[in-house]
Amino acid sequence: MIYRSFFPRDLFSEMERLQRELAQSFEWPTSIRGMARGFPALNVGSTPKSVEIYAFAPGLDPAALNVQIEKGVLTVEGERPAEDVPEKAAVHIDERFRGRFRRVVTLPDDIDPNAVSAKYRDGVLHISVARKEAAQPRRIAIQ
Amino acid sequence: MSEQRQVAESRHEEAALLPPVDVIEDANGITLYADLPGVPKDRLNIQVEAETLTIEGEIALAMPEGMEATHTEVGVPRYRRVFTLSKELDSGKVAAQFNQGVLKLRIPKAEHAQPRKISVQIE
Repeated sequence: MIYRSFFPRDLFSEMERLQRELAQSFEWPTSIRGMARGFPALNVGSTPKSVEIYAFAPGLDPAALNVQIEKGVLTVEGERPAEDVPEKAAVHIDERFRGRFRRVVTLPDDIDPNAVSAKYRDGVLHISVARKEAAQPRRIAIQ
Repeated sequence: MSEQRQVAESRHEEAALLPPVDVIEDANGITLYADLPGVPKDRLNIQVEAETLTIEGEIALAMPEGMEATHTEVGVPRYRRVFTLSKELDSGKVAAQFNQGVLKLRIPKAEHAQPRKISVQIE
């Protein structure tokens, strides 16, 4: 709560407070796997019926992608080959990812590892993992 | 003339992600690869105007109804990147290929630069 104090405050302690609040607004990673970074970038969403994972992995051969669920952990791995550079060519900018990659997502407990679908479209791998029937919200009739 | 080649990026008001690119130059021209995952072909927009090359794309993902995001690394549904082409490049003969989120642009070199406005057809 911020309110104007009747007594003037110490400027330095005010600055410190501001800094502390600023630092708290940028969340530090609390996940054991650390800061989310790397290739492919992942977006995860959830609905009452499923968990949706989007991996932004452009220009891959879907057959070379390996998607696994083991012990409630989803792993996406593969390799992205480098583009062919002709002889006597100069590489001016080199930012795109190449090489082996592996990303891991912890799934909720109520998912059904046998009801998974994966589609690769426009360079995005979309994995949909269904939740178990029993875990889905159900309306209970009152007698 | 590779030393004189300039690549400039400009800022726009609308928030957009900067797609990673590779730029390779050989004797006959420049090849540019850009990663634009999630952009369908009809949402990709490439413009060559004077000496400015603009690559823009909008992300369109199939999302089930009522989905709530729980973890987001791609938080802006748009890519944009602007380059300044150099004079010896023939901006009228830009060829574009777009496959599974990877854009490949080929810009050949020309003897004489001819400034004009060109719309790029995507194959």
